[in-house]
Amino acid sequence: MFWKKIILYSFLTITGLMTLAPFFWMLSASFMADGHANVYPPRFFPDVFTLEQYERLFSRLNIMQYLFNSLFLSAAVTIISIFFNSMAAYAFAKYRFKGKNKLFNFLLSAMIIPAQVTMLPLFLMLKSMGLINTYMAIIIPGLATIFGIFLIRQYIISIPDSLIEAARIDGATEFQIYRTLILPLARPILVTLAIFTFMGTWNDFLWPLIALTDDSMYTLPVALSNLMLEHTKDPELMMAGSVVTILPIIVVFLALQKYYITGIMQGSVKG
Amino acid sequence: MNGKKISHKRYKPFASAAYLFLTPALGSILVFFFIPVIAAFAMSFTDFDIYSLGDWTKARFIGIKNYINLFEDPLFWISLKNTFYYVLAATPISIAVSLGAAILLNSKLIKLKGIFRLTYFIPVITTLVAVAIVWRFIYHPRFGILNYLLEIFGINGVDWLGDPNWAMPAIILMAVWKNFGYNMIIFIAGLQNIPEYLYEASVIEGANGWQQFKSITIPMLAPTTFFISIITMIGFFQLFAEPYVMTQGGPLNKTLSIVQYMYHEGFRWWNMGYSASIAFVLFFIIFAGTLIQFKIQKTREL
Repeated sequence: MFWKKIILYSFLTITGLMTLAPFFWMLSASFMADGHANVYPPRFFPDVFTLEQYERLFSRLNIMQYLFNSLFLSAAVTIISIFFNSMAAYAFAKYRFKGKNKLFNFLLSAMIIPAQVTMLPLFLMLKSMGLINTYMAIIIPGLATIFGIFLIRQYIISIPDSLIEAARIDGATEFQIYRTLILPLARPILVTLAIFTFMGTWNDFLWPLIALTDDSMYTLPVALSNLMLEHTKDPELMMAGSVVTILPIIVVFLALQKYYITGIMQGSVKG
Repeated sequence: MNGKKISHKRYKPFASAAYLFLTPALGSILVFFFIPVIAAFAMSFTDFDIYSLGDWTKARFIGIKNYINLFEDPLFWISLKNTFYYVLAATPISIAVSLGAAILLNSKLIKLKGIFRLTYFIPVITTLVAVAIVWRFIYHPRFGILNYLLEIFGINGVDWLGDPNWAMPAIILMAVWKNFGYNMIIFIAGLQNIPEYLYEASVIEGANGWQQFKSITIPMLAPTTFFISIITMIGFFQLFAEPYVMTQGGPLNKTLSIVQYMYHEGFRWWNMGYSASIAFVLFFIIFAGTLIQFKIQKTREL
């Protein structure tokens, strides 16, 4: 038993170290002076600790603007889609109307369509509306998602009908019931979906790469990939850029990880 | 009969509310998802190109010519082959690693489960573009830490991203590192749903660990594994950011993926009709892949 325990722990620890090593090196190299990560043998710690890469990013390379774009877009998409998705989810969970199940099943089966299929016409559509290279180009395709509707619906179904009936007898309008009863009760799943959406928008790459054509509109991943093509020989600068991109998302995740992980479990077990 | 009528009547006033609740979400999904899907399908039968960009009427219907051209396009076949290589290798490897990690973390001997679970999960949530850039430097043939660590163990390093034979395995290794934590969480949920008495009964009958794994864990996890293989496969077929950032599809097009080829044709060269046909082939492959998995699952159940 003792040896089994030792083996288990060492296995888990080695896996953990391998998981974290790239992040460790990223952080360490981001504090190195120019050229100090391009040496043999590689340095694991900066011999001179410097913030010059971060200064460069913030003073010369406009990273504040990308950070703002990413933050604003992720927040906007999250707030709007939570609102849209939860209304539709409530309708699917608690109302009877003609063709409800057929419609719901149709939506579910459409989840298999990869988003890339929509990108060409979506680009043309938004271009003709003059929305390419604006924040709307990112917000519009994220207004509502089938996955989001599905996730919230699974949760709202378990809210007892009697609560809704009671509210109706008390004279609440349908929208009041949704706003003052359903939304507070569904809060845990809404938080979960909010984290999913926020992170998904923050990390998204292909669509922002297509839809945002002007440097000042770039989100962090797009800006970073562009920077990479110009600064292939500057690992220290690129590592600082990666830290700025990753750090906010890690903070959000660590703060709300409980919701995130139960969300994955629910989405998979019930799905 | 009577009861049904009453319940129908009872719900009728609220149906209009239901439609109001549905309209914002379903309206935007219709306009910005379903209509583009149909439009893309239509586009794939036209020669929509850079000249049509300003004036859509310039695009002409050309039947299945795009699909025929695709068939004769060596670059398309290369991207198809690369993507299949990636999916067929990365899916089983990442599932195996996820399952291994889940089983270890589910052991009763282990404390601090939460910390390990959290650690393994961090790559999942981090930005793909950023970690691809980090790995690009880790894979550096001269200054990268991977080759340095291999040398310590007496193994000669390779030019991971520069060698046509190693570039795809390097991308696969990174994909496994990035994704195993996600499926691990789902596997842990699946493992916790296996009733304890099955293991207790098997111990009484003298089963060892491997036998338990083979005849209890694996069969009981089958629905979870099925779900995981589908979502993992669908995700991996959409490979884009890794080759875009790490190799630009090279060396010698050995990491060019379907989505990357679609992006190049559609948004670099503005051959949007042709690009739409590539997107639909991708859709068809994902669809077929899912059907095959469902078929396999059904025969297993019989």
